[in-house]
Amino acid sequence: MAETQIKNMNLNFGPQHPSAHGVLRLVLEMDGEIIVRADPHVGLLHRGTEKLIEHKTYLQSVPYFDRLDYVAPQNQEHAFVLAVEKLLQLEVPPRAQYIRVMYAEIGRILNHILNVTAYAMDVGAMTPMLWAYEDRERLMEFCERASGARMHMAYFRPGGVAADLPDGLADDIAAWCETYPKMIDEIETLLTENRIFKQRTVDIGVINPEQAMDRGFSGPNLRACGVPWDLRRAQPYDAYDKVEFDVPVGKHGDCYDRYLVRMVEMRESVKIIQQCLKNMPAGHVKSQDHKVTPPPRGEMKGSMEALIHHFKVFTEGFHVPAGETYTAVEAPKGEFGVYLVSDGSNKPYRCKIRAPGFAHLQAMDFLSKGHMLADVVANIGSLDVVFGEIDR
Amino acid sequence: MDLALKDLGDLIADTLSTEVITTDVCNDELAVTVRPEAIVKVLTFLRDNVNCQFKILMDVCGVDYPDRDDRFDVVYNLLSMTHNSRIRVKVSVAENEAVPSVTGVYSSADWWEREAWDLLGVYFSGHPDLRRIMTDYGFEGHPLRKDFPLTGYVELRYDDEEKRVVYEPVNLTQDFRSFDFLSPWEGAEKFLPGDEKADTPEDTPTKGDG
Repeated sequence: MAETQIKNMNLNFGPQHPSAHGVLRLVLEMDGEIIVRADPHVGLLHRGTEKLIEHKTYLQSVPYFDRLDYVAPQNQEHAFVLAVEKLLQLEVPPRAQYIRVMYAEIGRILNHILNVTAYAMDVGAMTPMLWAYEDRERLMEFCERASGARMHMAYFRPGGVAADLPDGLADDIAAWCETYPKMIDEIETLLTENRIFKQRTVDIGVINPEQAMDRGFSGPNLRACGVPWDLRRAQPYDAYDKVEFDVPVGKHGDCYDRYLVRMVEMRESVKIIQQCLKNMPAGHVKSQDHKVTPPPRGEMKGSMEALIHHFKVFTEGFHVPAGETYTAVEAPKGEFGVYLVSDGSNKPYRCKIRAPGFAHLQAMDFLSKGHMLADVVANIGSLDVVFGEIDR
Repeated sequence: MDLALKDLGDLIADTLSTEVITTDVCNDELAVTVRPEAIVKVLTFLRDNVNCQFKILMDVCGVDYPDRDDRFDVVYNLLSMTHNSRIRVKVSVAENEAVPSVTGVYSSADWWEREAWDLLGVYFSGHPDLRRIMTDYGFEGHPLRKDFPLTGYVELRYDDEEKRVVYEPVNLTQDFRSFDFLSPWEGAEKFLPGDEKADTPEDTPTKGDG
């Protein structure tokens, strides 16, 4: 029998593939339909956010964080404002803390709705996305009513939030919290015991806790391997130490467990939102240090000092004492960190953004090796990658 | 919290006395500066020691200080779940020096080191695959350096005649504007005529003492 030479095939997956979740170019080396090596090429959405932030004042930098993980913008802003407040040693009024926690959880649900349903669509289930997007739209309306923007809120500011909640919004959010768990139930009836969905996800992309830690995993992807680690619980920020919630943990660290963890997290987020609405005190929504936050408009009409403060905050901005901090929050995708170096001026000297998806996508090669081509899609979906934050 | 961090810093400084240069607790965060050639040893110690257990490397990044001899800081942010603490390990290197890669200690360092190489030009020796990661294929320069202009050097567009994307030098229709909002009273040290009088001791009697 004549010897035949078999060469591995290289396959270019993306950057325009619908299940690449954005602009991922994945170069796959394949032996038949088995993945030998996966080499993700990222950076196609690189906008130089970190460089731009170095040229903007601290306040002007906030909107850049919306545009990182544009699926859950609130959580990114949260990390940045916490970092700035830490350097400024600024106290945030309790009401602002509760509002922030509430919107951070709304961001988490926004993210998980998109991730779970888009992931389901990648592995063949169309309906969840069509159903759950109705609720996603409602949440974005809540964002719009508070800040004026559906997605890129720029609502969290150093020292608090931009403005108080408008009348009636709290009641509407509370009403939505009553109905949303039913939608989660309905999505679960479509997916959780679905034979096709389980065939595509169970035992696919398994990672054990040691490997996950070695690869810098965090958030739901880490919890799915059975590590009970949640920054909201372990290192609480804002009002997270005053709300009660459970941290769901998976067992097998496969694609199916990552899905399950996210579904339970949505239920927990609803609980947190309800507690925030119930316990939210009245009072100021931003720090009364008007060197950092603008004074109310009415005060500016009569007070010279308020007018000067307003002018200074929006032109020069505020000076942050020299120093550095690494501040992290539990974003829906995992640990979102901001390493902020200040040189004492009104602009950040260096602002490194630690995106959780960057570490997760890095593990693509590890997770996909030995799997079939179709499992790559399940892996990408379950890792929850968004290129706004990976490429920055 | 502060005290525990200080103890941990002392422990690290005592055990690795030749490798560690300084330890510092600031803003409830522990920062350790070490010698660049010892970074692999230090991170292995921090990962495996019972009192440290920093199992997760959360972030590696570079910071550019163009005025210093050792131009770059490479910063490693580690997390210990066992002790619920964080630590920041820093090394300083000059532009033409290399930092040993820590991919052997933490697999996650791979892409972050590639990123630091791409954006700042910090070279990591022993890295398995030190390619550019963020910038375009065939990009030149390191954009996060302080001497790299915000607008960059090249821009690209699709050329309909050549039917391909072409690179051209950046052409700004409006000059690049950099607003200086720093107030002259708080910004640079200024010398105003008459200021020196405040420092000289008064030995002449003032008028009106009679």
